[in-house]
Amino acid sequence: MADMKFTKEHEWIAVDGDVGTVGISEYAQEQLGDVVFVEVPDVGKSFNRGEEAAVVESVKAASEVFAPVDGEIVEVNSGLEDAPGTVNEDAFGGGWFFKIKVNDASQLDELMDKAAYDAYIAELD
Amino acid sequence: MRFLPLSGADRAEMLAAIGVPAIEDLYKDVPEGLHLAAPVDLPFHAGELDVGRDLAALAARNLDGGSAPFFVGGGVYRHHVPAAVDHLIQRGEFLTAYTPYQPEVSQGTLQALFEFQTQVALITGMDVANASLYDGSTGCAEAAMMACRVTKRSRVVLSGGLHPHYREVTETNARFLDLRIDALNPDPATPEDLASRLDEETACIVVQNPDFFGRVRELSALASACRDAGALLIVVVNEIVSLGALKSPGDMGADIVAAEGQSLGNAMGFGGPHVGLFAVMDRLLRQMPGRLAGQTVDVDGNRGWVLTLSTREQHIRREKATSNICTNSGLCALAFSIHLTMLGEAGFTRMAELNHAAAVKLAERLGAVDGVEIVNDTFFNEFTLRLDRPAAPVVEAMAGQGVLGGVPVSRLLPGEAALENLLVVAATETNTEAEMDKFADALGGAL
Amino acid sequence: MAGTITGNKGLQQEEALIFEQDSPGQSGVDLPAPDAVPSRLGEAARTAPVGLPGLSEPQVVRHYLRISQKNYAIDAGMYPLGSCTMKHNPRLNEKMARLPGFADIHPLQPESTVQGALALINECARWLTTLTGMPGVAMSPAAGAHGELTGLMTIRAALEDRGGPRKRVLVPESAHGTNPASAHMCGYTVEAIPADETGRVDLAALKDRIDDDVAAVMITNPNTCGLFEGDMKNMSDAIHAAGGYVYCDGANFNAIVGRVRPGDLGIDSMHLNLHKTFSTPHGGGGPGAGPVVLSAALVPYAPLPYVVAGEDGFHLVEHADNAEGKPYGRMKGFHGQFGVFVRALAYMMSMGADGLRQASGDAVLNANYLLAALEDDLSLPYPGPCMHEVLFDDHFLKDTGVTTLDFAKAMIDEGVHPMTMYFPLVVHGALLMEPTETESKAALDSFVGMIKGLASEAKAGNTELFDEAPRHTPRRRLDETTAARSPVLRWRPALE
Repeated sequence: MADMKFTKEHEWIAVDGDVGTVGISEYAQEQLGDVVFVEVPDVGKSFNRGEEAAVVESVKAASEVFAPVDGEIVEVNSGLEDAPGTVNEDAFGGGWFFKIKVNDASQLDELMDKAAYDAYIAELD
Repeated sequence: MRFLPLSGADRAEMLAAIGVPAIEDLYKDVPEGLHLAAPVDLPFHAGELDVGRDLAALAARNLDGGSAPFFVGGGVYRHHVPAAVDHLIQRGEFLTAYTPYQPEVSQGTLQALFEFQTQVALITGMDVANASLYDGSTGCAEAAMMACRVTKRSRVVLSGGLHPHYREVTETNARFLDLRIDALNPDPATPEDLASRLDEETACIVVQNPDFFGRVRELSALASACRDAGALLIVVVNEIVSLGALKSPGDMGADIVAAEGQSLGNAMGFGGPHVGLFAVMDRLLRQMPGRLAGQTVDVDGNRGWVLTLSTREQHIRREKATSNICTNSGLCALAFSIHLTMLGEAGFTRMAELNHAAAVKLAERLGAVDGVEIVNDTFFNEFTLRLDRPAAPVVEAMAGQGVLGGVPVSRLLPGEAALENLLVVAATETNTEAEMDKFADALGGAL
Repeated sequence: MAGTITGNKGLQQEEALIFEQDSPGQSGVDLPAPDAVPSRLGEAARTAPVGLPGLSEPQVVRHYLRISQKNYAIDAGMYPLGSCTMKHNPRLNEKMARLPGFADIHPLQPESTVQGALALINECARWLTTLTGMPGVAMSPAAGAHGELTGLMTIRAALEDRGGPRKRVLVPESAHGTNPASAHMCGYTVEAIPADETGRVDLAALKDRIDDDVAAVMITNPNTCGLFEGDMKNMSDAIHAAGGYVYCDGANFNAIVGRVRPGDLGIDSMHLNLHKTFSTPHGGGGPGAGPVVLSAALVPYAPLPYVVAGEDGFHLVEHADNAEGKPYGRMKGFHGQFGVFVRALAYMMSMGADGLRQASGDAVLNANYLLAALEDDLSLPYPGPCMHEVLFDDHFLKDTGVTTLDFAKAMIDEGVHPMTMYFPLVVHGALLMEPTETESKAALDSFVGMIKGLASEAKAGNTELFDEAPRHTPRRRLDETTAARSPVLRWRPALE
């Protein structure tokens, strides 16, 4: 978790080589409540930073998941289709949404680290 | 005033509790001069007797279907609705309930919707149906827009046999969304080659069965052509009773069914309110517009129902919703469902047989009238006649003799010389042989 | 609580699905055997059974009666759903709509045989245009959201005719979800306008956003916080000066009927929910009707069809070729929700100009009475007076462990349908109460007593009362998560 970076929209990204795994934070899943459906992007699709890449739905709410950096989708977590609750149970692990090939690693420097994100959400409450 | 429970004394006491001298003072946010000083220029209140008398006088100026030999169809049909249906839908618990947002005190509406969805899925042969849309025409437009979302394509092919109002509503909805409509010419005499219209931009083909002219088609080949081209087949049904006698759209390979359910449980009512039936195959569920009732359990483990998958809807997704639709056609859907429950398998299929038999007999009679030619080879309870002269004045002349003898095609498709002499006529279980004779006589007399 | 052997609770009976009551071959309708005729169905004749269950008439009647008794309804008690206007539904309306001359006529009969129906549509239109002070009305939209779409399309058609459709529609944050959804369906991008500290549209922020790319602003007035937008005319002037139009969501018209005319506020287009303001029944979720009144600038673009009065009687204009203006299209098959028009007109004639004015006044009086009676017990985000509905938020529940939802469920146990919750989104944990004018003072007093009691229980820490509510309903809280994760949307026969 130490290598995770966070967006203000509560996505996390953990980069290994030039591929980043993306999910939503523990805080985000708590705010959403029981996740009932996840819509992931098609593999091969490219996104600019800040574009809507996935959708996560709870019983009463639907939220967009934005691409935290520019890049192309190389893998998606198809297990979420049958078990969307994994997002609640393991937001930082098995509940990941997609893997994105990072075009410009310098974009990662603009994201928050864990400490900065924790401070950020502490202010939201 | 009989609907207002507050007395003058109540109002005075309540105003005192609020701390203002008059009701007008509660409107202090309305800028000066915009609060009317007196009632608008309309009649003052009236009792049931007076209102009833005035409205009955208006009703008396209409020729109703029970007072004339009646053979009008074209998307709205006159059927017998069992007495129990109207009695049950007028129970206050159904009539005066809101949308079932509090499921603990709405299990009646929710169970009825769950049963309705199942009935619609069964008769259409589809996996899943929603809790209804406004009517068939808006459902048809919703289906076309949905197909464009699903396929991410923008071209919509409309059969020439699609009800002209359905075509117009679909075109109107497409107009501001950059969808392209390819509508084939309405022509009851020539078979349509819809499959040849498929290309890689085509989102869907919309075909009505039985079509506006009454023709019945087997659609399996068209369905596979659509599948091969990556397009969806949308089947529209105007006369839902036909599904008691015809192969279901699902069996023929439809992806979406958009139908009008008025024929069961609902009066013609001069065109509304009616009930849109909407059904899809499972893989399209998430893109379906409209409300859905789903089964679950309560905290005690008892089976119950809730509105579900509502994240597709406008109150949550706002501009990203699958549709802006908010209401369904709840009470009309309930009437539909009760009628179909009363019919059951045996009654529904028999009602369809009776309709078909009535139409076959009517076609025999009318086909024997001089100057009349039956256009259709196939039909269910409605077919098209070609007269030896324009149909509209003929229908007008028959109406003058108290016979309501069908829909001139020019009423819906004016200005087309090739269609001017066409007359669409319908027969249902309500028509007696004596009425058919009167119709044939009137038609013969008008020609 | 001890259960019963059957699961029934006195008058409340468990009732299986119709599919579980199948008696194969049975029917509740006696139909004669059809005569043998040669089939004209071609290759499409049905070969497989449909799968419908068979029940007799008494079974069907009992089924629907039993399930009806599991519904709350305005006939049974107060239904203070904010923004929904759950007022009494007069039964004369129902009786009139069922006259054969209205119910048993076909929309494509010759005009000469339906003059009374066309006259009725015309008369209903006259009442609506007079009450709103607008020159025209498109009668065909099927419901409120459909009316919004109609109004926006009319605006777009007018703009296109003037040169270009423009791109953006401005919508306040507090708007109904249908507003942005409708604007999107009309091909516009939606821009949210914030509320000011009084719960009204921030006029300065709105003016900042207005430019020659804005097609329309969509304002709800009275707004969803239950407040009158006193700056409405200024907003209208600002958008008109920039060449755009004003759409008004008329869902809350019940507060001002007969007192304030939208036409005087500079509104170009507004839908009227006949199923709210004009007393036609909600029917468990429809059918409604959403006629759209139009300003002189928009009337020429109104959709088909419409009724015109001629010297030789009434006519329907169903095609662009016969239209005087430039209709942009058709919203719905046939001529609109005629059966709803009959009911709404019966109501308007019953109430009259004087009664409708008294009704809006009483609706506002009732809401302000609740405001005054409850403001010390609940928390009021915006000071009164309010219009026909009063908005509270959930500050009074802070640190009690009780949520707005729990509070609502406890109201259900007390025999009253909850108010609208969590809407509008501009306040935290909204509780939006609309009593309507058809509640008596006694009913309001009883409601106030109940709410005060629940508020004091919540503040006293009696969380059990709320956590476990509702306890006295046919079903208790239902598992919506499972319903959404593994949707069961139809009955299927059990697998052997």
